[in-house]
Amino acid sequence: MNKVRDNKAWFLVLPVFILVAFSAIVPIMTVVNYSVQDIFDQNTAYFVGAEWYKEMLRNTHLRESLVRQFTFSFSVLAIEVPLGILVALMMPTKGRMASVALILVAIPLLIPWNVVGTIWQIFSRADIGLFGYTLNSIGIDYNYTSDTTAAWFTVLLMDVWHWTPLIALLCYSGLRAIPEAFYQAARIDRASKWAVFRHIQLPRLKSVLVIGVLLRFMDSFMIYTEPFVLTGGGPGNSTTFLSQALTKMAIGQFDLGPAAAFSLIYYLIVLLVCYVFFSAIKQLGKAK
Amino acid sequence: MPVSKRKTIGITCYILFLFIPIYWLLNMSFKGTEEILGGLTLWPQDFTLENYRTIFTDPTWYMGYVNSIIYVCMNLVITLLVALPAAYAFSRYRFIGDTHLFFWLLSNRMAPPAVFLLPFFQLYSSVGLFDTHIAVALAHCLFTVPLAVWILEGFMSGVPREIDETAYIDGYSFPRFFIRIFLPMIRSGIGVTAFFCFMFSWVELLFARTLTSVDAKPIAAIMTRTVSASGIEWGLLAAAGILTIIPGVLVIWFVRNHVAKGFALGRV
Repeated sequence: MNKVRDNKAWFLVLPVFILVAFSAIVPIMTVVNYSVQDIFDQNTAYFVGAEWYKEMLRNTHLRESLVRQFTFSFSVLAIEVPLGILVALMMPTKGRMASVALILVAIPLLIPWNVVGTIWQIFSRADIGLFGYTLNSIGIDYNYTSDTTAAWFTVLLMDVWHWTPLIALLCYSGLRAIPEAFYQAARIDRASKWAVFRHIQLPRLKSVLVIGVLLRFMDSFMIYTEPFVLTGGGPGNSTTFLSQALTKMAIGQFDLGPAAAFSLIYYLIVLLVCYVFFSAIKQLGKAK
Repeated sequence: MPVSKRKTIGITCYILFLFIPIYWLLNMSFKGTEEILGGLTLWPQDFTLENYRTIFTDPTWYMGYVNSIIYVCMNLVITLLVALPAAYAFSRYRFIGDTHLFFWLLSNRMAPPAVFLLPFFQLYSSVGLFDTHIAVALAHCLFTVPLAVWILEGFMSGVPREIDETAYIDGYSFPRFFIRIFLPMIRSGIGVTAFFCFMFSWVELLFARTLTSVDAKPIAAIMTRTVSASGIEWGLLAAAGILTIIPGVLVIWFVRNHVAKGFALGRV
C-alpha cells in the first residue's frame, strides 16, 4: 500500500514511544552505567572502562552457557518448526472439531511458565511421575536430576510440548488463508500431495513461519523459568542457560558490573542473530 | 487408509501427547500427600478436594489469582490504548524515522527479561511503584506493546485506504471514524492481539516476582511456598497449577473464532 507522507503521525506513535522509552531506555542506560563501573556500595563506585567486558568475554563459564544456549535454541527450532507444520496440516479444517482442536492445541501456550516446569517436574519424576516411572519400568535408566542426557532430553521435550502449538497455530491460520481455487487447480493438474505442499502450501506459509521462527528463537534464547523450575540448571551446570547464568550473577552474587556487561553482550547477540536472520529472509524474498 | 482418517489419528495422538502431562497434574491435585508418595496410581483412589479447599479459603492463596488477573487486565488496557493509534500510524503514514522506530520497538521484544531485572527493580522502587499492580503491568508493556503494534499493523494494512478517505468525505472526524468505523473492522485483529497480550503477561513470572513483595504478589510466585521444611506438598502445588490453567482456557474459548480467522487477516 502506498503510504502518505505526514509527520503529524508522530502524535499517534508518541504514547507508545513514551511508554516504551520509560521502560526500555532508562533501564538500559542504567545497565550501561553499571557495566563500566566497579560498584562497592551505594556511594562508592569506580570507573573501570571496558574491564568487565574483557573479563566476561574471557569467562569460560559464560562461554559454556552460550554454547549450550545456541545448541538448545537450534535444536528447539529444528524440532518445533517441522512438527508444527505437520500438526497444522493434520488439524481438522471445518466444523465443530476445528475449533475444539484449535482450543486444545493452544492450551499449553496459556499455562504460566513455572507451572509448565512444575507439570514436567511431576510428570518426569521416577517415583511419582507417569513418564519417569514408565521409562524406568521398561528398563531405561532415567533420572533427570542426576543424568545430563536425561536432563537435556526432558528440557527439550518440555519445550517442544510447550511451544510447538505456537508454530502449529500460526501455520494453521496461514493455511486457512489459501483460497480453495489453488487446490482445485492442483487437482486438475493431478498434483501429488507433496507437490501441493511444496508449491502451494509452503510458499504461503513463509510469512507466518518468519514470525514463528523469530518468536521462537528470541524466546528460547531467553528461556529462564521452565528449566529453573524443572532442573534448577543441573545436574552440575549442564542445563544452565544464559538467562539463568546472568540472574545468578546479578541477584545471587550481586556482581552488578560484570552482570551488566554480560547483559549487554547477551542483548547484542540476540539483536544480531535476529537482524541477520531477518535480512537473510528479506534477501530470499527479493531473489524470488 | 484414507488420508482424512490418518490425519484424525495423527492429531489425536498429538493432542494426547499434550494432555497426558496435564492429566497427570489434575490427577495429582485430587490426591492427598500420602497417596502421592505412597505409590503410582493412574487415578485418585482416595478422591479429595482438600487441596482446592485450602486454596479457596486461604486469602494468601486466592489473592495471588486476584493480583495476577488485575495486572494482566491493566496491561491489556494500556497496551491496546497506546498500540492502536501507533499501529494505525505505521500502517497509513510515512514519517521521519518510522522504520527505525518500528525496529527499535521490536528490539525491545528481543530483550532478555533477565537483562532488565535489576534496573526495573530500582526504577520502580525510586518512583514509588514497587509492589503495585501497575508496576507489573507497565513492565509487561515492554514486550506486549511491540508485539501488539506488530500484529495490529498487519491487520490494519489489510483494510483498504479508500475506507478512510470515504469516511472523511462523509464528514467523519478522525476520532469518530477510528472508533465507529475502523475499530469494528479490525475487531478480530484486536481479539488476536488481546489473546497474545494475555498470553505473554499471564505466563510471565520473572518480572512479576521481582517487582512485587506482598500486596501484588502473583500466584506464580506464591506457588513456590509449597516447598516447606517437610518436603514439597505436591497435591497443593498441582491444584494451584490446575487453577492457573483455567483463565487461559476461558480466554482462548472467547477468541477461538478470531484466532483462526485473525492470523489469516493479519500479516499473511
